[in-house]
Amino acid sequence: MDVEILARIQFAFTVAFQYIFPPLSIGRGVILVIRDGVWLKTRDALWHDMAKFWTKIFALTFAIGVASGIVMEFEFGTNWATYSRYVGDIFGSALAAEGIFAFFLESGFLAVLLFGWDKVGPKMHFFSTLMVAFGAHFSAVWIIVANSWQQTPAGFHIVGEGLQARAEITDFWAMVFNPSSVDRLSHAVSGAWLAGAFLVLSVSAWYLLKKKHIEFARASIKVALAVAVVASVTQLVTGHSSADGVAKNQPAKLAALEGHYQTGAAGMYVLGWVNDAEETVSGVKIPGMLSWFLHGAADAEVKGLDAFAREERPPVNLTFQFYHLMVGCGVLIFTISGVGALLWWRGTLFANRGALWVMVFAVLLPQIANQAGWFSAEIGRQPWIVYGLLRTSDALSKVVTAGQVVSSLALFALIYALLFAVFIYLLNNKIQLGPAADAGTDGGAGSLTKSKRV
Amino acid sequence: MMEFFQDTLGLNLNVVWFLLVGILFTGYAMLDGFDLGVGILHLFTKTDDERRLMLNSIGPVWDGNEVWLVTGGGALFAAFPNVYATVFSGFYLAFMLLLASLIFRAVAIEFRGKQPQASWRKSWDIGFSIGSIVSALLIGVAIGNIAWGIPLTVVDGQIEYAGGFFNLLHPYALVMGLTTVALFAMHGCIYALMKTEGALHEKLRGWVNKTIVVFVALYAVGAILTLLYVPGMTEKLRATPWFILLVVVNILAIANIPREVSHRRDFSAFISSCVAMLCLMALFGLGMFPNLVLSNPDPANSLHIYNAASSPSTLGIMLVIALIGLPVVLVYTACIYYVFRGKVRLDRHSY
Repeated sequence: MDVEILARIQFAFTVAFQYIFPPLSIGRGVILVIRDGVWLKTRDALWHDMAKFWTKIFALTFAIGVASGIVMEFEFGTNWATYSRYVGDIFGSALAAEGIFAFFLESGFLAVLLFGWDKVGPKMHFFSTLMVAFGAHFSAVWIIVANSWQQTPAGFHIVGEGLQARAEITDFWAMVFNPSSVDRLSHAVSGAWLAGAFLVLSVSAWYLLKKKHIEFARASIKVALAVAVVASVTQLVTGHSSADGVAKNQPAKLAALEGHYQTGAAGMYVLGWVNDAEETVSGVKIPGMLSWFLHGAADAEVKGLDAFAREERPPVNLTFQFYHLMVGCGVLIFTISGVGALLWWRGTLFANRGALWVMVFAVLLPQIANQAGWFSAEIGRQPWIVYGLLRTSDALSKVVTAGQVVSSLALFALIYALLFAVFIYLLNNKIQLGPAADAGTDGGAGSLTKSKRV
Repeated sequence: MMEFFQDTLGLNLNVVWFLLVGILFTGYAMLDGFDLGVGILHLFTKTDDERRLMLNSIGPVWDGNEVWLVTGGGALFAAFPNVYATVFSGFYLAFMLLLASLIFRAVAIEFRGKQPQASWRKSWDIGFSIGSIVSALLIGVAIGNIAWGIPLTVVDGQIEYAGGFFNLLHPYALVMGLTTVALFAMHGCIYALMKTEGALHEKLRGWVNKTIVVFVALYAVGAILTLLYVPGMTEKLRATPWFILLVVVNILAIANIPREVSHRRDFSAFISSCVAMLCLMALFGLGMFPNLVLSNPDPANSLHIYNAASSPSTLGIMLVIALIGLPVVLVYTACIYYVFRGKVRLDRHSY
């Protein structure tokens, strides 16, 4: 395999692994703020236990998120040196801003959140929770600004020619608020909230099914369900405006999302398979739906892939499949949140074992949707690394060989497999032990060294 | 504001960014330096409680310390993208090993205490310690290579690294790598001394002078090698003798450490160690300036603050971001260190 494909696989793999964790931190950050806030107001011990339990799980995901996050920042330089030189002005600025405005905030106050229960007052503790949640959101802001600039570059000009060309900032705010930033940020943050909410739903539903920690689980479900309902609505709204934006700014990507080859009225597929060689799609299609969705008329013209030379098109079937996987999960998430809220409102949710079992497994849906969404967004951007400006194949490090990338890829595959296994093992362990066990388990002393503690 | 820097201080943006990147990496060395150091010494402690105390002494702060590296990397990317691109792609395998080491030590801190079995804990102890040692070693090797110079050539108008992984492992770089391990071990030992009490505290007190001796010996070898083989690094000291003061302060600060330790003023010892690191980084920066990466054998291909920088408008915007962000970061970082002041004790929130 050549360096390009290996470098792409490595980046996709490391980013996909990493992206399991930050959405959980962002989503649960919001839930922690609500919990800590309710506890501050009511001083009800139940909410305190709840905040402590979820803080422990938060810490678990945070550590892996931090550790695997540094990889991403290094990889731009190690594998994509030409890209780094080309966009250092812009992309580098966003990353540095992320460090200064987000990471310091998040990691600094996380210390107080995790270890400060007895060292600071409840108000200071709540403030720290708030800062951690802000930090997590700021970090989403800057990284998505940077990534959106790759999709819809703005606020720059190109200096130099050929292989020495590079983009320089002309207007910082136009760069930050490039045409896709706001849509993509709100869409991704909604996804993150769902990831956090569904994890809490899943664990709490499982407790209810096992008749353990009932009070705790009921209170948790309410908070999580409220967040899930809000986020699944914003998810739909921002999904719509994102698609609108893609139609305007990245028409080749839009056409690939729905496998739309011939310019003209466009439909939407419920399911399908793209045969790119013959430029056909077989599947279940709602004719005219995409035209209506974008322009309010079923016969409105939508630019098809035929408007683009083959070398300007993204891999159509992959983009199509990931996109439909995301949409499918999104529909299920929306339904589960809605039906869950309805059952709760009618007071039958906690006795409805079927609904609770669905919630236990639904934890996977936002994870799959988040991953699939990113895959379709990034594969759909191909063959460009910066849309319309720099091709992915031109962006590599010239001095890095295929052999080197194979070794680093193998290294990451091993490490991440191990980390993932340990993560699931520990997560499961913590969930089994439950909130009541809080006092004895962490810090790991367990009962072994309890008596020896200073 | 740019006028202020330009006219009043005689600094242009490129110089300011050389300083800022330097400050970020110095912050990294002083802060993550001590938690890497605690990791380097970790396996020398024996009982589970001792190891837990070591871990918990850095527990609340290690990930904040690591953010200095992340932000330093981001600043390098934004301000000097050519250095970021050339060095990171050139040192490919070294950086991948560094990443793997940093990952291992980070998750080891978090995972170790989650299960009570001795085998579980021992595995993560080893991961934590080896990860810390290899990280420190690689950071030192990278510094050694940047000072020694690396083979750089021009490819398609861009300066690229022309060596391989093993070119990076020459004696000078290895001495710098070992010196860094020793320096961090000393720094971490003093930090742990400051944070502990009782038997472990007395044990650490016995270790401090040993770590100082090892560090000073390696530092002396490194200094001699630098004077003999890397004369460029000391050129400015010869040209402007006032800079010798830095060397004097550096030596005094190191000499002060055993004095403070023997008087049981552990905090002062830690501050001395920080001052020593600050001087070392200042001397390194002074020796390099205005170069960022030296090209050896062909100095014409060196990357310096002008040919490696991003555009003046980016440097200006980033300066505004840094001036808004860094003071805030410093204030709340100081507050958080204040919250966690004093001796570390094991409680139910500990690792």
